[in-house]
Amino acid sequence: MKGPKPSTDLVQGTLDMLILKTLSLGPMHGFGIARRVEQVSRGVFKVNPGSLLTALQRLERAGWLDAEWRDTENSRRAKFYALTRAGRKQLDAETADWNRRAAAIARLLKADA
Amino acid sequence: MSLWRQLTHGIRVLTRSRAADRDLADEIAHYLHEAEVDHLARGLSRDAAIRAARMEIGNATVVREHVRESAWEHVVATTAADVRLALRRLRRSPGFAAVTVLTLGVGLGASTAIFGVVKPVLLEPLPYPGAGRIVSVADRSSDGRGIDVTFGTFLELVDRGRTLDAAAVVRSWLPTIVGAAQPERLEGERVSAGYFKVLGVSPLVGRAFDTDEDRVNGPNVVVLGDGLWRRRFGADSAVVGRDIVLDDQPYRVVGVMPPGFEDVRAPRTEVWAPLQYDASLPSFDGREWGHHLSMIARVRRGATVDSARRDLETIAERPLPEYPRPVWASMPRGPFVIALQDEITRSVKPALLAMFGAVVLVLAIACVNVTNLLLARGVQRRDELAMRIALGAPRTRIVRQLLTETVLLAVLSGACGLAVAAAGIQTLVALSPSNVPRLASVRVDASILVFALAASAVVGLVVGIAAGLEVWRRPELHASGARHTGSHQRARRTLVVAEVALAFVLLVCTGLLLRSLQRLLSMPAGFDSSGVLTMQVQTTGRRYPDLAATDRFFAQALDRVRRVPGVVAAGFVSQLPLAGRDMYGVAAESAVPAVADEASGAYRYGVLPGYFEALRIPLLRGRLFDAHDTAAVPAVAVISESLARAKFAGADALGRRVRVGGADGPWRTIVGVVGDVRQESLTLADADAVYVPESQWSFPDRAMWLVVRTHGDPARVAPAVEAAVWAIDTDLPIVRVATMDRLVRESTAERRFALMVFEAFAGVALLLAAIGIYAVLAGGVTERTREIGVRAALGASRDEIVGVVIRQGLSMAAIGIVFGAAAALLATRGLATLLFGISRVDPVTYVVMSALLMFVAALACWMPAARAARVDPAIALRAE
Repeated sequence: MKGPKPSTDLVQGTLDMLILKTLSLGPMHGFGIARRVEQVSRGVFKVNPGSLLTALQRLERAGWLDAEWRDTENSRRAKFYALTRAGRKQLDAETADWNRRAAAIARLLKADA
Repeated sequence: MSLWRQLTHGIRVLTRSRAADRDLADEIAHYLHEAEVDHLARGLSRDAAIRAARMEIGNATVVREHVRESAWEHVVATTAADVRLALRRLRRSPGFAAVTVLTLGVGLGASTAIFGVVKPVLLEPLPYPGAGRIVSVADRSSDGRGIDVTFGTFLELVDRGRTLDAAAVVRSWLPTIVGAAQPERLEGERVSAGYFKVLGVSPLVGRAFDTDEDRVNGPNVVVLGDGLWRRRFGADSAVVGRDIVLDDQPYRVVGVMPPGFEDVRAPRTEVWAPLQYDASLPSFDGREWGHHLSMIARVRRGATVDSARRDLETIAERPLPEYPRPVWASMPRGPFVIALQDEITRSVKPALLAMFGAVVLVLAIACVNVTNLLLARGVQRRDELAMRIALGAPRTRIVRQLLTETVLLAVLSGACGLAVAAAGIQTLVALSPSNVPRLASVRVDASILVFALAASAVVGLVVGIAAGLEVWRRPELHASGARHTGSHQRARRTLVVAEVALAFVLLVCTGLLLRSLQRLLSMPAGFDSSGVLTMQVQTTGRRYPDLAATDRFFAQALDRVRRVPGVVAAGFVSQLPLAGRDMYGVAAESAVPAVADEASGAYRYGVLPGYFEALRIPLLRGRLFDAHDTAAVPAVAVISESLARAKFAGADALGRRVRVGGADGPWRTIVGVVGDVRQESLTLADADAVYVPESQWSFPDRAMWLVVRTHGDPARVAPAVEAAVWAIDTDLPIVRVATMDRLVRESTAERRFALMVFEAFAGVALLLAAIGIYAVLAGGVTERTREIGVRAALGASRDEIVGVVIRQGLSMAAIGIVFGAAAALLATRGLATLLFGISRVDPVTYVVMSALLMFVAALACWMPAARAARVDPAIALRAE
């Protein structure tokens, strides 16, 4: 690969937040989440399927997501994830936390310049 | 909530792994499908879309592994797989599994058994509340040993002491109970009023003694033990307040102790009565000033055993006029204060600790042996490991597999060891000397199970790591699958050397103990125990109200016993040698009339004529007692040679006078000097003895030992002797019937017990070492078949080949012995208190044990050597 990497690895720990945020719009399957994150970030973040599925498993076990198998229109089994009440609370907490950090970093960078 | 989900999801994956796998596969497949659809929608051709989707996802298997490995149940699943694999492998080599499990099982079982005995005896606190604050207080003899205190000393210490909450003195009491059931002699204690307060245990029913009951001529009251209460009174609470008959006298029962109450100083005690000594201390001559009481005390909360010791020592150093002391109880060396727990375990502690050390050695040898076996197996499975490494198995995974295997082996061995331990603990309890305290509380309980499990887990890890280290350090060696035998052989030889060294340490310890015991038993005891029968006869109750009646009975009984066929000589004595307890101050009359020298302690034996003859204690000068030495004539005494030397330094003791006990006692003219006798134990030579005619002693000894010399087997004469005593009085209890030989042997019981355990352990160690040598040589011969074949083909003779193998084996043994000797020099320090008359570095023991070990090693070498000699060069060369 030449030049700066077109897609950036997700900042450690932010994948969970992005998944929760994406699912706050409504239930979705794994691929849907991945595409949505890519689109909304305009391709800055590329989601690795391995990491995504691992994260989904973790979030589900943490009680923040519910998962449900549904048949899709072309009769395939797909696993749909939906945000739970606990998940919504977690999203709020993580968002607030993130905003605080981002603001702090932004201030630091400005001060430096 | 989340923990619950973690658990249920994980368990679902574990229990329904196929469904879980399908779900994951489906999810990935769906992901792939959606990606394809997405790429198609962006205008790619079908093929290009499929390729792009595949690129995006990468290797589906890797994704699946990635997701799976992130969950906790993955660890469980792989471990389970490891265990299954290990079990399969063990099933395929049952011989290896059996040898390993047995070896480790014996090692673990023996350790667990010894731990099971050591724990309640040495580690657990005594079964009393605040047991750590209970101390034992003793006086000191002139040579610094602890001896019983006097009642006067007790009163002064309690009165002046500032660190004690409660204190009590105790002496043993052996009443006979009569009633509806047959007469029974009980083990009891006369205790001062605070006794139960010191122990911190109150009666379950009724009450303990009042201070008011513990006075001269106080009421006859008793507290019963739970066992006696159940056995004789059917656990009836109504017995409290009623009278029972002990020694023909009524005693009012005031209390019953709770079940499980254990009198650790004298575990068989079942009945307690107040001591009832005279607290006004009327005269130095009375029993109040005799050294015959055990003292215990409870240290005040906030004070320590050390501060109590300092407190009592200060009192001893500063006599006050209001507390007069006789010379023999003046505490010139201070009292001897130690925790009660230490006091009661003092005599057995060295033996138990030595045994624990020995069993750790056995376990170490077993571990080394098993490591050796595992290494040998490692050589055999090198091809398998090489294959797995080549296929990309990480080293961690392979080492983990090896560890799983050894831990599994260890756990199986632990289970086997528990069976060994359960049997071993019973055997140990059955065989251990009776003076080991707290034996009743030795049992297999949870803590012992935990010990066995923990020990086997540690052993499994240690052994597994030792064996796994080879793979870890040199994976390439395995990966290449090459026939490197050198390094393996070196590692295994090192282990065998270690094993031989450990075994040698045990052999030396055993040898030293054995020789100590021989020395001890060959010590001149000062009497001839062979052919001598002893038994204790007790006069009790109303029929023997005074000295004269008691004397008459003993004289009549003696007369009757002497007429029993097979009896050569017979006498009565108040205490037996080797069990000396009754000590008095003895003062000698100096040249200036009626001035006594400083009294020194000596064992006092009240004897009836015939005692010296029965034990063949030699008369050196003067005469022995005869029937004329009655209460009516001037008092006489016979003294031991050591006392004669100490008091009359070379001058003739005959005709001089001594006083035994207080200053008010009579002067006794010495009529004879007899040989010294080991009075307390075979190991202690220097204690003086004074013998007085029983009829000239002011307090009758109600319980006397009958000592009978017989023709032939003394045990066979016993019934006739008992019958002779009963012919005078049928109601008298006769107890502790034993031959003097047995009593001598029992006096060495701790050493004997330790020796027995060491012998067993040394035998196991020797066998394991032999197996180790054999296994390494046999493995070496197999691996070097080709080399041996070449040598044979090049003209090496059979003898030369046999020589090479045997030299190799014996050199391992020799190096092991050198290291073992060095280790033994250190290890035998722990044995010092158990040795007698022999040095820790006794060269004979070292040489004999080396020879024994070399001999066994030679035997172990023989078979592999013979096999090497039979190697056919043609076959060996073709085999490659």
